[in-house]
Order: sequence, then structure tokens, then C-alpha cells
Amino acid sequence: MNWAGLYTVLSGVNRHSTAIGRIWLSVIFIFRIMVLVVAAESVWGDEKSAFTCNTQQPGCNSVCYDHFFPISHIRLWALQLILVTTPALLVAMHVAYQQHQEKKLLVLTGHGDAKHMEEVKKHKMRIAGSLWWTYVCSVVFRLLFEAVFMYIFYMLYPGYQMMRLVKCEAYPCPNTVDCFISRPTEKTIFTVFMLVTSSVCIVLNMAELVYLVVRACARRSQHHSNPSSGKGSFYGHKHSSEYKQNEINQLLTEQDGSLKDMLRRNSGLQDKGDRCSAC
Amino acid sequence: MDWGALHTILGGVNKHSTSIGKIWLTVLFIFRIMILVVAAERVWGDEQDDFVCNTLQPGCRNVCYDHFFPISHIRLWALQLIFVSTPALLVAMHVAYRRHEKKRQFRKGDQKCEFKDIEEIRKQRFRIEGSLWWTYTGSIFFRLIFEAVFMYAFYFMYDGFRMPRLMKCNAWPCPNTVDCFVSRPTEKTVFTIFMIAVSSICILLNVAELCYLLTKFFLRRSKKAGNSKQQPNHENKEETKQNEMNELISDSCQNTVIGFTS
Repeated sequence: MNWAGLYTVLSGVNRHSTAIGRIWLSVIFIFRIMVLVVAAESVWGDEKSAFTCNTQQPGCNSVCYDHFFPISHIRLWALQLILVTTPALLVAMHVAYQQHQEKKLLVLTGHGDAKHMEEVKKHKMRIAGSLWWTYVCSVVFRLLFEAVFMYIFYMLYPGYQMMRLVKCEAYPCPNTVDCFISRPTEKTIFTVFMLVTSSVCIVLNMAELVYLVVRACARRSQHHSNPSSGKGSFYGHKHSSEYKQNEINQLLTEQDGSLKDMLRRNSGLQDKGDRCSAC
Repeated sequence: MDWGALHTILGGVNKHSTSIGKIWLTVLFIFRIMILVVAAERVWGDEQDDFVCNTLQPGCRNVCYDHFFPISHIRLWALQLIFVSTPALLVAMHVAYRRHEKKRQFRKGDQKCEFKDIEEIRKQRFRIEGSLWWTYTGSIFFRLIFEAVFMYAFYFMYDGFRMPRLMKCNAWPCPNTVDCFVSRPTEKTVFTIFMIAVSSICILLNVAELCYLLTKFFLRRSKKAGNSKQQPNHENKEETKQNEMNELISDSCQNTVIGFTS
């Protein structure tokens, strides 16, 4: 499982996202993950081996490196990218659940052929009803993770700038020792680049949140002004999908009930063909 | 996510490009990205390890390397290639949007939709006209800007494109002035010149493509101006179609569960 695997997993989510969500996903994969893999990792590749301290004291180098770099930028970014991309999986799970319910309903209503099943898999879910809430939650989580990691970055590495020289006096270094960091300017450039793209992603997420809320309010006001139609309105759809859900549940319980009755009466001597048609 | 994935993403864009655009994409992938990955990265692989300064002062080598190479050539090229190839995604997004609209139209069973099935819509190649023309031209324009900016950044940072063998450094903590020697300077110069040359070819291809698009646009426009009295304007027809589509979309019920099962 590597970045390519994550790309495969998240490409599926793309289909059920808004336009802003797709742009966000492209920015994440091209300007953050790809830059991390093809460029940033080689810049930080020799961060420990080329970290030099002006001393011959054994252990001083390691201790000072550990003191100034509790967690490397590269690892922090990798964690940030993984955590920021995974809330989208909530949406994927919800969509999968809805598709499963639709398939069940189709089977119960006698449309369980392969063609209809394929249609369920292929058609795009509208972001309305409970899916809207899941989607909004995933966007909120994304924003939260981005903000938390930017704050952690700032706490660990104040100012986002990489110094050329750091002064270290941790044991076993004798007195204060000068330690020199490898490629500080290049590291600063990439840190600033990743920061900028992170901010762009935060802005995109906020825009998406605002878009979703405005769309929901517009649908709601449309429903209020046109209560009889129930077409394309947030609550109208919510009620109709809840109604649909109740219907499905009822059908399923009836199904179970009738099956149990049959099994009790015939105690397994009946043919398969005599059971319900949906089996 | 690496260059291979970028190739997959951009391969799809190829179908809707002009011939010059296809040549440009090929040049980009074979003469720039491939050369970067199979050759240039090896040349610059030991750039810091083999950067040697004539001093025993700890830290002097690090500081001098950082002073003369604020950002490595390899990373600059990688960033340049990423930025230069991404405007093509604008075109891909626009095409995907158009396809999506056509599919919607088809699913509604619109009589005006000329496609027999969804597969045909998926495989259809869109002509570069109307709003797609503007998106395409915009993407070429951005490509040109990014290429120019990175070439300038290169020139500005490395004062010309030649890699010297020896650099004199007097940044602290180096005592006085110290001689520092760059690893593989000639090979690096060769590759730098090669990448600059290919970058210039790409700029020329982009300029040619821009000229081609503009010429096509003006020719089409003058043809339309000549034909406008005899038959309805094709552009107007397209606009009317678009308006009708928009009307249908805003009127219809979007409840896919109900619409699907009824």
C-alpha cells in the first residue's frame, strides 16, 4: 500500500464529489503528494547523515539531531496527507451503503437482473439528505486536520524557516556546540511551498463548505415556496428518502417474517422453489 | 503518485489536443521527464556528498553548498515539469463536464441527442470550439508563462547555465576564503544545456499551437460571417442547444432513487 494505492482508493470517491471537491483532490495529488514523492523526499534524504556538529564527541551529533528534529518534515507531511484524505472515505462508505440498499430494493421489487445492478453501481448519488451531512462532516474533518497539522508544524518549527546553524548543548555535547543543517535554503523553499498548497486546500475546503450550505438553503427555500412539488428540495428529498428507507425496512422485515413462518411450518422439507421469489 | 501516474492522467487529455499539442506532450514525457528520471537524477545524486571543500572546519561544506545551490537543478526541473503539465488538466475537466452534460441529456431521452449509447458519448472526441477553445488557449498560455518563469528563475539563480568546477566560499564558519569543488561539473553542464534546449523547443511548440488556434478561430469566424445570411449560424444553434439543455436540467426532478425505480 503506497501513495498509488491511496490514489486508487480515492479516485472512486471523486465521482460523488462536488466540482470543488474534485479540484481539491487534484491539488492534493499533484501539488502535494507528487511534489512530496518526486522532490521533497530527496531533499530531506540526507538530513541526518549530513547534519554536522563541530565536535568529535561521540553521540553528540545524534542527540542534537534528535533534539532539533523530533519528527522530520517529510513524515509530518505524509501523516498530514493521509489524515486529510481519509475523511473522503466516510462519503465512499455512505455511498456504498446507499447503493447496497438500492440493490436490495431492486431485488425485492423483482428488478434484480445484472443490467439494473450495473446501473446502481454506475449512477452518481446526489449530495442530499443524509449523504449531505456525511459529506459536510468529511469536509469539516479535513479542515480540522489541516489546521491541526499546520499548528503542529508551527509549534515544532517556529517560523517555518530552516536555519543553517543551530546551537546545541544537550548531553553528551561539551558546552555549546555549533551544528550545521544540510540544504537549509532548499528545505525552506519546499516548506513554504507545502504551506502555500496547504492553505490553498484549506480555502478550497471552506469554499466547498459554503457552496454546500448555500445549496442546501436554496433547496430549502425552494421547498418552502413550492411545498407541494417536493422536487429537488432538501427536506422533500430527505422525507422521500426516509420514506423509501422505511419501505425497504418494512419489506425486509416482512420478508424475514414470512421466511421464518415457512421454515417453521415445513421444517425444511419444502422445495426451494416454494419459497419466496426473492430468495 | 509519481511520474507514471502523471502520464496516466495526462494521457487522457491527449485525445482532445491538437496535433501540435500531442507532439508537445510526447516531447515533454520522452525528452524531459524520462531524461530527468533515467539520467539526470543519477548525475545529481551525489551532489552534496561529493561537494568537497578545502577545509577541515566542520559545517563549512554544508554552508557553502547551501550558499551556492539554494535549490537543486533536479528539484527545479521536477517543479517546472509538474507546473507545466498541469494546465492540461483544465482542458480535461472541461471535457469531462461537457461529457457529463451530454450523458445527462442522453439519459433523459432527449430526441435531440445524437448518440446511440453511453459508450459513444464516452468515446466521443470534442471539437476545440466555443468555450472549450478558450479553456484550451488559456491552458497553453499558462504553460508558456510557467516555462518562461522557471527558465528565468534558473538563469537568475545560477548566473548562466554553466556549472563551474571551482567555487570560492567565505561564508561563516569557513575560515577566510575556501575552495570548494563541484562534483561532475561538465556532465551537469551538458544536461543543463540539454534540458534548456528541450524547454525552448516546448516553448516554440506552445507558441506554434497558440498561433494555429488563433488562425483557425479567425478563419472559422470569417467563414461564418460569409455564410450568416444564407443559413442559421452554427454558433447560434449551439447556444440555443445549450440554453435548452440548461432549461431541461433546471426543470427536472433530480431524485435518482425514485426516478430509477419507477
